[in-house]
Amino acid sequence: MTAKIVTITSGKGGVGKTTATANLGAALASHGLRVVCIDADIGLRNLDVVMGLENRIVYDFVDVVEGRCKLRQAMIRDKRIENLFLIPAAQTRDKSAVSPQDMVRLGEELRPEFDWVLIDSPAGIERGFRNAIAPADLVLIVTNPEVSAVRDADRIIGLIEAEQKGPGRLILNRVKPEMVRRGDMLGTEDILDVLAIELIGIVPEDERVTVATNQGVPIALDTGSKAGQAFQNIARRLLGEEVPFESIESRDGFFGRISRLMRAGGEG
Amino acid sequence: MSFFEKVGLGRSRSAKSAKERLQLVLVHDRAGISPGKLEALKDDLIDVISRHLDVDTENVEITLTRDRDQQRLVADIPLVPARLRRRAAR
Repeated sequence: MTAKIVTITSGKGGVGKTTATANLGAALASHGLRVVCIDADIGLRNLDVVMGLENRIVYDFVDVVEGRCKLRQAMIRDKRIENLFLIPAAQTRDKSAVSPQDMVRLGEELRPEFDWVLIDSPAGIERGFRNAIAPADLVLIVTNPEVSAVRDADRIIGLIEAEQKGPGRLILNRVKPEMVRRGDMLGTEDILDVLAIELIGIVPEDERVTVATNQGVPIALDTGSKAGQAFQNIARRLLGEEVPFESIESRDGFFGRISRLMRAGGEG
Repeated sequence: MSFFEKVGLGRSRSAKSAKERLQLVLVHDRAGISPGKLEALKDDLIDVISRHLDVDTENVEITLTRDRDQQRLVADIPLVPARLRRRAAR
């Protein structure tokens, strides 16, 4: 096994990095692949609760770096998927406890044991972000269709290229198709046009994500949900499959069609 | 105006203004120069060029543009027409 190391980052906080990491991890693992998710947000540990593994933590990532435990001891096996693991962040330390070199070393140690290593980056453009992208083979940038998030994504894309880790690929998260349709939310095309980056997935806003996170269950395992399906599709694209992009914001819905008919009638 | 615009739906089209504002702010972000600094650069440029040529200072335009991966500083610096210059000199 030689794992591919993928870092999930965003610049702006709160756009869904951790949710994306947990769900891509679950989706990839549901293909029977060995996956480990690393929480690189030292001091603000969160991936553990999103994955529902918060009660099982004994050692963390800084313990490994500082030699207090073996790497294997810090790996927590998922409750549902036996080939999915978490390496939690330390909660009582800060980002300076780890260096980019530590991250590269950790990545190399994990590579032979896994198919995929996913790193959940902290927000921001400082040390934590630089740590998170240091070992990456591929960087995924998560953004929402909001000016602040897109602006920060652009900044991050520039930094990723400067660190020779580009080109990254974009996950457009929390899209509200209805708002895009009526021209009140930036659509996929607008954002790709502005950012000039390749897309890897569009995740629609979905209340079931909140429900799943409340319970510490990955939405990706609920393939009946739109967001879960979207994460599964991103995982398949990571695996090299050609999966067409969901046209979740097309104007061909009932409302769009009626609207266009009315417009045609009005002008005629 | 469409039926839905008449009844007040789809009226605001705020995404369009979001995109325009983003494009403008990103041009400055990427070049690492704020709109205020660009204005200062414009004044400096006018100063330097005025030492050699008669610049129509009112109509100078300095803009940042971008294609997919190339950024460009475009300066449009009109000169005072020769006939006006002669008249002013008299």
